[in-house]
Amino acid sequence: MIEGIGVFDILVVSTAMFFIGIYGFLVRKNLITILMSVELVLNAVNINFVVFNKYLYPDLLQGYMFSLFAIGIAAAEAAVAIAIILNVYRQMKGIDVEHVDTMKY
Amino acid sequence: MELAKFLIMRSELSLLAVVLILLVVEIFSAKSKQGAVVNLATGLFLLHTILGFVPVATGQLFGGMYQHTLLTGLMKSVLNIGVLILIMQSSGWLKQPANKGRVSEFFLLILSTLMGMYFMLSAGDFLMLYLGLELATIPLAALVAYNLKEMKSMEAGAKFILLAALSSGIMLFGISLIYGSSGSVYYAEVVGTMEMNPMQIMAMVFFLSGLGFKISLVPFHFWTADVYEGAPTNVAAYLSVISKGASTFVLLTLLFTVFKTMFDAWEVLLYAMAVLTITLGNLFALRQQNMQRFLAFSSIAQAGFLLLGIISGTHYGMTTVIYFVLVYVFSNLGAFGVAAIVYNASGKINIEDYRGFYQTNPRLSLVMLLSLFSLAGIPPVAGFFGKFFLFAAAAEQGYYWLVIIALLNTIISLYYYLRVVKAMFLDRSEEPIGLIKSDVLTRVAIAVSVAGIVAAGVFSQVFDWIHLYGWGM
Repeated sequence: MIEGIGVFDILVVSTAMFFIGIYGFLVRKNLITILMSVELVLNAVNINFVVFNKYLYPDLLQGYMFSLFAIGIAAAEAAVAIAIILNVYRQMKGIDVEHVDTMKY
Repeated sequence: MELAKFLIMRSELSLLAVVLILLVVEIFSAKSKQGAVVNLATGLFLLHTILGFVPVATGQLFGGMYQHTLLTGLMKSVLNIGVLILIMQSSGWLKQPANKGRVSEFFLLILSTLMGMYFMLSAGDFLMLYLGLELATIPLAALVAYNLKEMKSMEAGAKFILLAALSSGIMLFGISLIYGSSGSVYYAEVVGTMEMNPMQIMAMVFFLSGLGFKISLVPFHFWTADVYEGAPTNVAAYLSVISKGASTFVLLTLLFTVFKTMFDAWEVLLYAMAVLTITLGNLFALRQQNMQRFLAFSSIAQAGFLLLGIISGTHYGMTTVIYFVLVYVFSNLGAFGVAAIVYNASGKINIEDYRGFYQTNPRLSLVMLLSLFSLAGIPPVAGFFGKFFLFAAAAEQGYYWLVIIALLNTIISLYYYLRVVKAMFLDRSEEPIGLIKSDVLTRVAIAVSVAGIVAAGVFSQVFDWIHLYGWGM
């Protein structure tokens, strides 16, 4: 627990991170940056789990465990996403979202 | 814990055995033996499916993280049947020279996602649910991008993995709020603390949107058409049937157990989503030319119909949802199967290309006719009963307006399903698709789906049998 900082303050930070991530996902043009925005969302969730665990239920471990699994899975997701983005780059010589808009409506 | 207790998770263990055998075969077999791998995988999965019908003891494992009930066993069997038909249908495509050396990859990925769906269904806490969901999603992205040389496949893969990651992030945020407000991630402990306070309602909304992405309900459906169009046809069939079916089952069980005290909140949400999903899915399906895209929007509309059964919240509603998914497996796999055969043989995918299809391929066009009739809900085939029971379940609880909107949409949907039928049977074409010869496994798969479409409608025992395992809210 951090002196002088309550659970509310940290939740404000994590919620801000969550929505910054969603905003980035919607407005960014580069596929890698979009992936980074998703990671921001996932990390906001991890902060949430750890903070809830630390401040509200200090004698339990479920929140910590959950955040560990979430970190691992985020890495797996990033690996597959980057593999696909690399392949897009090989074919289109670019990873902007304008390169992946052949299918619409 | 005794070793014998692990037999509770028999379906996962036997699926794991199939995956490991295929992995070893992948290492030691020559790249040219595509046919042998397909036959081996189909045989092994057939054994696994049959084994799935042998009853095992019900119970919990890992302190309640994993639970096996008769209902989850039944749901897994429904999924097994679908996957069996699907991998038999894929055999013709997998034996093509373009897929040389990549055949076992397909089976490994597809069976891993099935394993993830098993864990989703059997989860006893949100951690297991999340792990299962991701295991069911990440390999699917690789499958969508399976045609490495095709730009469309890559584009679909990129869209799928990014949106899947975002939606699971949103869902996780919901789970973290549930954890924060109840102090546990176990379903059994969460249920008691669920009340209508704003934080938990927000958690439920976030959670629902994550699952809504998987089922492609309307505010979260934007990926569906693009991914289905870009993915290989058989993978699109898998996405639209198995993946959607499994997520529907999860939504059903979670809303009926964990979120049951919040019925007033999710009733409104589901009502709105059902109306939007059915209407928008239908309206967009009207203007499609590409067969895969057309089936994508039709599958969005079908997902909306499923919500009618869930919103009723009764034992009868649960039975109809499972029954409708079973019927939907047969009819959609029939339609996708024919589309896949045509595409893989001739490269034609537009509805206009199907003109004069009946003259050259009478049997395939009859299969397509039956499947589309079943999807549209025309009486003699099973799809009619599926829809009828769903409407009955919703009407029983007094959702008359919802049923009327759904009924009107069924009429709209008739138009676009019959558009394909008209192209096949009535229109003439200068250059119709030539006579297509498909291999034995594919023919068996098509025959099984036709048999399913007819039999599930004729034999009411199927419905009664499902009714035995279900329960209400």
